[in-house]
Amino acid sequence: MSEHITFVVNGIPRELDVEPRRLLVQALREDLDLTGTHVGCDTSQCGACTVHVDGMAVKSCTMLAVQAEGSEVRTIEGLADGDTLHPLQAAFWEKHGLQCGFCTPGMIMTAADLLARNADPSDDEIRHAIDGNICRCTGYQNIVAAVREAARVIRSGGATVAAQG
Amino acid sequence: MIPAAFDYQRSATLDDALKAIADGGGTVKLLAGGQSLLPLLKLRLGSADRLVDIGRLGELKGVRRLPDGRLAIGAMTTYSELAASSARHYGVVADALPTIGDVQVRNRGTVGGAVAHADPASDLAACFLALDAEIVARSVRGERTIPVDGFFTGPFSTALATDELITEVRLPGPRDDAGSAYASLEQPASGYAMVGAAVVVFVAGDGSIEGANVALTGVGPHPYRARAVEAALAGSDRSAASLAAAAAHATDGIDVVGDIHAGREYRTAMAAVYTRRAIEAALARLG
Ligand SMILES: Cc1cc2nc3c(=O)[nH]c(=O)nc-3n(C[C@H](O)[C@H](O)[C@H](O)COP(=O)(O)OP(=O)(O)OC[C@H]3O[C@@H](n4cnc5c(N)ncnc54)[C@H](O)[C@@H]3O)c2cc1C
Ligand code: FES
Ligand code: FES
Repeated sequence: MSEHITFVVNGIPRELDVEPRRLLVQALREDLDLTGTHVGCDTSQCGACTVHVDGMAVKSCTMLAVQAEGSEVRTIEGLADGDTLHPLQAAFWEKHGLQCGFCTPGMIMTAADLLARNADPSDDEIRHAIDGNICRCTGYQNIVAAVREAARVIRSGGATVAAQG
Repeated sequence: MIPAAFDYQRSATLDDALKAIADGGGTVKLLAGGQSLLPLLKLRLGSADRLVDIGRLGELKGVRRLPDGRLAIGAMTTYSELAASSARHYGVVADALPTIGDVQVRNRGTVGGAVAHADPASDLAACFLALDAEIVARSVRGERTIPVDGFFTGPFSTALATDELITEVRLPGPRDDAGSAYASLEQPASGYAMVGAAVVVFVAGDGSIEGANVALTGVGPHPYRARAVEAALAGSDRSAASLAAAAAHATDGIDVVGDIHAGREYRTAMAAVYTRRAIEAALARLG
């Protein structure tokens, strides 16, 4: 039996017929081809699958697609403004906040949730906020530096960096 | 991981949801934030013929002050919403919330789900026990109020009947003579409490301890009130030695759990340590 859902993903209205057991992350990656959202653990631990639902960071492997009915979903693909990177994306680049990049989409979506609520977080607050996001290769030092830098940029008027090739 | 197939029903009203679980005879499960239920279904440790999604029931959301001063927390209030509500003025709740899961879990996980799921290491369960909360449960048969002490009956088991839904949790009104705190030792990877101690102390005009409510989680088969600690604290002075002596009773009469993260002996020792720390922190809040 399938359910019909209507939701808005990265600003675009979408409709899908999904089995009730279909996870939000599957609907995003497999039905909508938004493969920027990653699946790391598939057991609610790693945060690689983090997206925003109605402005709140959630683990899309721990939410059914049917639960997103009527919601506003934002994924990493919806963060940049055309070719202009979001300050978090630019800061992860500048501060070397990634190596393999597997955890990065989730890390950035969680950081975006934090910065929406706290424009000037301390390092401790940043570390507490990314508690549910695991990075297995960069180490957290540069990730924290990147989030701090993005916060600074946004506070100083949100100067963003144009993507260069 | 993909759960076994189930039917899905999104409740438009509370009555819809009550009818669905009344007709379901236990094969129908309520879906709140899904932060416990979905991992269980995905790992196929649990199953359901039908999920009844109560996520859209606005009537179960939010925190309100009752005319008599008590605080009523709607079952579908998320941890994040609770942290932003007036419930944060209870020290024990303010201490515990940031230790629960992570931002993503707190954005989805609900108060009703936490209580109904009855994880033996639930942080909020210990807070509600120490606060002497009441749980309001409704079914097609009517409504009843269940004191939280006695609500948890075993690992993942409660006094709730299969056709009952938690609508709200009520906390007593704040008191000037009360201070509260939560202290926990977390398993570093999962973040679940290996020992969590929730304490509310009541202090007399002369500064001595009049009484206390002490609850532990992560230690026994279910979160419990540590009556022996409470008895030792009643009428006690506030010296470090007296507080430590009272806290030493934290596991009296409890079949303490031992696992790969913390053996029985270590957990027993830590239960006393974290109980003492929570008592000290609760007293410190009173100045
Ligand atoms: C990564 C991770 C880390 C976590 N860490 C912690 C932690 O440190 N401490 C902690 O305490 N918890 C932790 N949790 C568990 C989490 O707190 C609970 O699972 C969650 O709050 C349950 O609420 P929910 O709304 O998600 O419930 P659901 O998962 O939707 O439901 C749980 C159960 O309760 C039933 N139920 C739900 N609502 C009601 C209701 N109103 N009436 C009757 N029955 C109902 C459901 O049928 C189901 O059986 C963690 C979870 C995850 C995924
Ligand atoms: S893939 Fe969702 S938390 Fe790891
Ligand atoms: S950049 Fe490789 S896991 Fe974080």
